[in-house]
Amino acid sequence: MKFSEVWLREWVNPEVGHEQLLQQLTMAGLEVEGVEVLGEGLDHVVVGRVDSIEPHPNADKLKVCSVDVGGDEKLQIVCGASNVTEGMRVPTALVGANLPNGLKIKKAKLRGVASSGMLCSTEELGLEESAEGLMPLPGDAPVGQPVVGYLALNDRVIELSITPNRGDCLSILGIAREVGVLNRLALKALDGKEVQPEIDDCVDIDVKQPQGCPRYLGRVIKGINPQAQTPLWMQERLRRCGLRPLHPVVDVTNYVLVELGQPMHAFDLAKLNQKIIVDMASEGEKAQLLDGREAKLDADMLTIRDADGVVALAGIMGGEESAVGDDTTDIFLECAFFDPDTIAGRARRLGMHTDSSQRFERGVDPDLAPLAMAYATRLLLDIVGGQVGPVSEAKSDEHMPQREAITLRRQRLDQVLGHHVSDQEVSEMFERLGMPAKFENQSWTLTAPGCRFDINLEEDLIEEVARIHGYANFPSERPQVRIAPPKKLETETTLSEIKQVVVDRDYHEVITYSFVDPDLQKHFDKEDKGIALLNPIASDMAVMRTSLWPGLLNTLMHNAKRQQKRIRLFEMGTVFEASDEGKRETLLLAGMAYGANVPEQWASAERAVDFFDVKGDVEALLALTAGAHEFEFAAAEHHALHPGMTAVIRHQGRDVGYVGALHPRLLKAVDAPEPVFVFQIEVASLATSKLPRFEPLSKFPAIRRDIALVIDEAQPVEALMSAIRASDDNWLRNLTLFDVYQGKGVDSGKKSVALGLTLQTTSSTLTDEDVDAWLDRVLAVVKAKFGATLRE
Amino acid sequence: MSQFTIDQLQQLVKDAVARIEAAGDLTALESLRVEFLGKKGALTQLLKGLGKLPPDERREAGQHVNEAKQSLDAALKQRKVDLEQAALQQKLESERVDVTLPGRGVGRGGLHPVTRILQRIEEIFEFMGFEVAYGPEIEDDFHNFEALNIPANHPARAMHDTFYFPNNTLLRTHTSPVQIHVMKDREPPLSVIAPGRVYRCDSDLTHTPMFHQVEGFMVAEGITFTHLKGVLEDFLTHFFEKDLEVRFRPSYFPFTEPSAEVDIQCVMCAGKGCRVCSHTGWLEVLGCGMVHPKVMRAVEIDHQRYTGFAFGMGVERLAMLRYEVNDLRLFFENDISFLSQFS
Repeated sequence: MKFSEVWLREWVNPEVGHEQLLQQLTMAGLEVEGVEVLGEGLDHVVVGRVDSIEPHPNADKLKVCSVDVGGDEKLQIVCGASNVTEGMRVPTALVGANLPNGLKIKKAKLRGVASSGMLCSTEELGLEESAEGLMPLPGDAPVGQPVVGYLALNDRVIELSITPNRGDCLSILGIAREVGVLNRLALKALDGKEVQPEIDDCVDIDVKQPQGCPRYLGRVIKGINPQAQTPLWMQERLRRCGLRPLHPVVDVTNYVLVELGQPMHAFDLAKLNQKIIVDMASEGEKAQLLDGREAKLDADMLTIRDADGVVALAGIMGGEESAVGDDTTDIFLECAFFDPDTIAGRARRLGMHTDSSQRFERGVDPDLAPLAMAYATRLLLDIVGGQVGPVSEAKSDEHMPQREAITLRRQRLDQVLGHHVSDQEVSEMFERLGMPAKFENQSWTLTAPGCRFDINLEEDLIEEVARIHGYANFPSERPQVRIAPPKKLETETTLSEIKQVVVDRDYHEVITYSFVDPDLQKHFDKEDKGIALLNPIASDMAVMRTSLWPGLLNTLMHNAKRQQKRIRLFEMGTVFEASDEGKRETLLLAGMAYGANVPEQWASAERAVDFFDVKGDVEALLALTAGAHEFEFAAAEHHALHPGMTAVIRHQGRDVGYVGALHPRLLKAVDAPEPVFVFQIEVASLATSKLPRFEPLSKFPAIRRDIALVIDEAQPVEALMSAIRASDDNWLRNLTLFDVYQGKGVDSGKKSVALGLTLQTTSSTLTDEDVDAWLDRVLAVVKAKFGATLRE
Repeated sequence: MSQFTIDQLQQLVKDAVARIEAAGDLTALESLRVEFLGKKGALTQLLKGLGKLPPDERREAGQHVNEAKQSLDAALKQRKVDLEQAALQQKLESERVDVTLPGRGVGRGGLHPVTRILQRIEEIFEFMGFEVAYGPEIEDDFHNFEALNIPANHPARAMHDTFYFPNNTLLRTHTSPVQIHVMKDREPPLSVIAPGRVYRCDSDLTHTPMFHQVEGFMVAEGITFTHLKGVLEDFLTHFFEKDLEVRFRPSYFPFTEPSAEVDIQCVMCAGKGCRVCSHTGWLEVLGCGMVHPKVMRAVEIDHQRYTGFAFGMGVERLAMLRYEVNDLRLFFENDISFLSQFS
């Protein structure tokens, strides 16, 4: 809400300076968003009259004007505006002026013709953001008068951010009421004097939806002057409140809207057929609106209709057909109270937001309509003249907002605020807020004023007390809390601890959007389980991710394009899948590595990162769980991964993730570099570690035996090692794989697997015979299972 | 001493010591030991010959020979120590490295700045006795709006540009629904913070369609507006490590009443006014208020007995202020040259 400070001070003029006024507003919950000081830089701008216009000898678009600025001599000013006419009065910047846009006016020659001054537009005077042509001033503007005085520019435009609960502050009157409360001042009285009707003309009003429209006032005014102009002072005030002057009748309704907060509408009476009907739209009905668009209406939208159909969208916008225009002579003025719930959300659904809907949605004082009608009528008579008809009113008392008495308990006020505001202060406050309260039995009982749609509950009154008392005047206190240790299990691994492991292994954390490009996701998720958004912000952010890899790959490509040669990224985030039970969310951790295995350095030869580097990173994560043996890796297939380099990660028999290389076909399709290694694992599987349990240390020496077993090259080594572990009964302390060899000395199609076995018991020293016997047994098992033979 | 006079013995010792001291390495030293003290060595032979001497001479001669042997032993030992010392010196010298060369390493990544800030927020609140809770990112209308006193058509919904799915589900527009989940499931006293991703259908210079919030609330008997002020002032001064001025001003959120926006004195200009604070000297960092009785009713908590406060903050905003990041969008571009500034 933008408004003029001068206009506000006409209603209430506290003895506080400008800065303090702003401070008061902000601290009362009407946040000041911006202030514009008008009239700055206009010291040498006066009203000028263009007495004659000659063509410029050297430029078609320029004109040479002789301008009277009240001095002895007329000024010769070269002007390029197309709307300059002889006799027009226009703000004229004299030599020496330093305009708000930074322009300094000096004597100059424009294309060879001397010019001493400038004829100005509203933009050049800093009154509007942009303007076309000069600012024409009325014919009675006193030549030579400084424009600051003439346009009353000793003013500031204050912009407030009004929260949705304070619809009552969307007007000069409303803000003045707040300022009055804060400064203990009364407002200028609202003049609601009715105008005596001169004619009998009426339009029948048939409100079929009294619930949505409990009150509808209408009045005919005939014979207005189509040539009338909106007076400058009104234009100026509207402009400062962010409204462009349009048509004198519209300007008057806008003026009343800004000043009192009552939206009104004026129809061209000649274009209304017979009567006014207030009724719901029929589903899909179309309406041509003032802004030129055609709206398709829903059945829960309230409309104003005549015998032919929709003439306005109630409380939102008038129709194009019945709008007042340059040839309008008779008008029908509407001033209604629409129920907030009937208006709320409808404009938004149509992609609209109007000054009217903004106010009706939040609530307009239902008692304001007759006053506003009288005020608007008087303004119209002054400006456009005409003959006034009587006000016809359709009112349904039972549907008017019922203000119930609200009770605030002294004890409750203290319970919520924690600081005692005295009985007297509270009572006074309510009085000032226009809701005098009865204080009895330690409770205040009151009824909220018609303009305050936000005051219905005890809590609403508590807020008013806190607000008017001033939040800054409440002390800061610390709650008394029971000091209890956090409920964290020793075996619970935090998300930060998990992330730290990945960071320590040289991955950078990234955060990517949870919605991805469906075309990219298809490369990762063959079944396309992604949930599509109904209203995505862009086509490449249209579907919820089912994997963290698409986001990581995008990020990798972004960085690869920026000369990064070694990229290691990870993300911890939620993925989303449609499932039978609805939408399933799973927290995953994923990583992606590309480029050299180590950062470039002098002491280690670098090579390209490979599968086992990334698998090692995953194993470091599993080590965090202290239950690494509960996980297993198995060769698997995944739509996005290289068929020869894909391992599924299983935890207690369940698939919890993958490690592998991205499929070259995928990388080629998205134009990504190669090779890229990835992992992805459910965070839940990493979240619990084991509580350590002590086992007695053995006093007896351990024996190490190294063996090399020859098996089929396709045989996974993990199965071989598991079988060895399984055939042990508590002698095998450690089993290490230290070499896998193929080549000379090993038959083709076979591989040699070198294992280090460490054996130890807690009860005796193992002899060579013990170890040989143990080894024979184990070798027999692996021979039977895998055809493994001892390599000599 | 038939074969050797004492003089001769002394000469032998003198020559031998000279040769021992001149021995260039341990091998040469060993052959000298053999030459003099070995089984067939010169002194050994002399000792063997002692038996043939008459008993009265034997004793004196024996004494001389033993002295000579001890002298040679001592010389050999000393020379050995010297040679070993020299060898060690040489070895050490040859092993000298340039200690200023960088160490061998695998490198270290880093956490995203948003995570750093989240962890810091969590840490401070955990010290203050809050626990961390999480909630789903896909919510229904009840948890995201209705239970928070934002009915359909409420003007506040216009401020939440919501992403929708079919069947009336949506991406949560704030972390406040976690409040609803926790309060529905548990009984006061509760002090909880809920960090997480939130989504709004908005994208420009100062908005990204996804960002992070931390919601927090404390509900118990006797919690008041003055506690809200105290807890949040403590948080902000700890977070920014500065005794900065904090200002509470009335505002509106459907799920709290009274509601407040919290401003801090601008951390960039110390309140003097700069571009970051739009020359007001203040920065808006938090929204908060006393939990609305309608919210308490929606989660079936007795609002006459229990009171509470709730607050919410934008994590990216805090990250921008703390690390002086001037463009919100950088957080989601994930450029390594940006990320590595936070590791």
